[in-house]
Amino acid sequence: MGQGSRWGRIAGRELTTVAITIFGLLLVTFLIARVMPIDPVLAVVGDRAPADVYEKARLDLGLDKPLWQQFAIYIGKVFSGDLGRSVLTSNLVTEDLRTVFPATLELATLGTLIGVVIGVPFGVVAATHQGRWPDQIARIVGLFGYSIPVFWLGLMGLLLFYAKLGWVAGPGRVGVAYQDLFDPITGIVVLDAALQGEWDAFRDAFSHLILPASVLGILSVAYISRMTRSFMINELQQQYVVAARVKGVSEFRVVWGHALRNAVVPLVTVIALSYMHLLEGSVLTETIFAWPGLGRYLTNSLLNADMNAVLGGTLLVGAVFIGINLLSDIVGRLADPRAR
Amino acid sequence: MTEIRAPMAGEPPLLEVDNLKVDFHTATGIVHAVRGLSFSLGRERLGIVGESGSGKSMTGRAILDLIPHPGVVTADRMAFRGRDLVQMERKERRKLRGRHISMVMQDPKFSLNPVETVGNQIAEAYRIHRKAGGREARERSLAMLEAVQIREPARVYDLYPHEVSGGMGQRVMIAMMLIAEPEILIADEPTSALDVTVQLQILKILDELVSERGMGLIFISHDLHLVQSFCDRVIVMYGGKVMETLPAAELADLSARDRRHPYTRGLLGCLPDLDHPQAKLATLTRDPAWLA
Repeated sequence: MGQGSRWGRIAGRELTTVAITIFGLLLVTFLIARVMPIDPVLAVVGDRAPADVYEKARLDLGLDKPLWQQFAIYIGKVFSGDLGRSVLTSNLVTEDLRTVFPATLELATLGTLIGVVIGVPFGVVAATHQGRWPDQIARIVGLFGYSIPVFWLGLMGLLLFYAKLGWVAGPGRVGVAYQDLFDPITGIVVLDAALQGEWDAFRDAFSHLILPASVLGILSVAYISRMTRSFMINELQQQYVVAARVKGVSEFRVVWGHALRNAVVPLVTVIALSYMHLLEGSVLTETIFAWPGLGRYLTNSLLNADMNAVLGGTLLVGAVFIGINLLSDIVGRLADPRAR
Repeated sequence: MTEIRAPMAGEPPLLEVDNLKVDFHTATGIVHAVRGLSFSLGRERLGIVGESGSGKSMTGRAILDLIPHPGVVTADRMAFRGRDLVQMERKERRKLRGRHISMVMQDPKFSLNPVETVGNQIAEAYRIHRKAGGREARERSLAMLEAVQIREPARVYDLYPHEVSGGMGQRVMIAMMLIAEPEILIADEPTSALDVTVQLQILKILDELVSERGMGLIFISHDLHLVQSFCDRVIVMYGGKVMETLPAAELADLSARDRRHPYTRGLLGCLPDLDHPQAKLATLTRDPAWLA
């Protein structure tokens, strides 16, 4: 059996799973739209339209067709990139998502990065100092990160680092002065500024980004460090760790090489979960920092019964979940020879 | 290969242990795992036998400075070729591990790192102690795989632990622990996790390498038959104490049986004997006075 055919089979299985999940996602969003007690026709024509206008709009929307046909049309539309128009912003939903999702992506990615870069070493040190002071500190940070409300933390952060110390920029994504210095290529402001060599704009955007990202990052640090600690404690009890010590491997390499390398396998899933959680968009953080992200967009749309926007956003979040899941599966396989 | 030297007159023994104690300070009190063990090891095969919990594995770990956290090791004297181990810095103790004193562990399924190829694990053991490049380490590892009678070293080198059988895994383990050419090998139940058919092969390989290189072997086992046929001398342990030390051959000697310690007699009595089948095997009687 060749290595190639084995990877081929794994890829086939993964793709089938993805296809089934996407179908399920479409079915659920479609059904939600059907069972919502909101008349989609009224949303278009308003509640004082005459009966013939109402009837025409109903036919235009295809609501007279059988349900399965409507579903087929829906799928066709989604795949051709037509998610309809938002009533609230009167933009195409795809256009709206194209501007709000990069904002959330930016925030979630940096937040997760902070979570990994700080959380993993923290968890490792806590595991190697079980019950002693570094472990206690990690425990307190974990507890703090879990239980402190983000709106409070965000406001305190703004008060301290923006208002008092002036270390970071305030709410918003980028200062007005820098707004038009670069084109939105990816929609991720820091990336766009960097790509176009606008380093002043980059610095400004980064100083806007770092505080909300840190607020999200603290939650991520709490989760990732606790999980890293427990995975590491488990790995450090394994016999291969004793064997490595018998060989004369230094304690540093035993911990950060052998044991952590094994703990990475379950950690991949944990990090992916934490990332996915942040990618849904966090309404509170986005509201406090006036961050035009997915969380705020979805909440606004929900409150205004803007069905197209809600369904489009839900589809996007679902698709992102599927994508990150697939990615973490692939990375997990690469990290663990037993799963290849 | 190392130079094989006959022990010179006046040369200190490979290992001297005097009054070794291992205590675990737990919340519920002190557990005495080893209580005052003394022995000395030359270029010979020394067996340590006893039940589970008799402290035989802890003895091996104490020699390697690998007793886990709440454990405390004390000894009046513990010396490797005259070098005092009790006073030695932990860093120095670490440098002895693998290079001078090594250990083959029980189950290769758990004692090999699952995410690293077996070849790299052997090469790592070599590179820690010798300033060697990647290529040299690889070549030495391949040679070592051959020395433990693995037929296609180049293929096996790139396998992961889950891809090799138990017997092959234990050969890899032996290769890994002997590649830096240590003088002392502690074999902690090296065949207990293996199929009976493979056990003898592994023992033969171990035996050949140990005598070829003139090493001292501490063979920890609960298998009396194995120890009696494989070792020169045997220490019988119970409850962390030495019950008696005797030449291995005398374990089998029925006429000498009356001179044995009652615990040793008990252990021997538990063994089923094909020539004299019994309806009911004896059970061990333990006398608290032995631990006094």
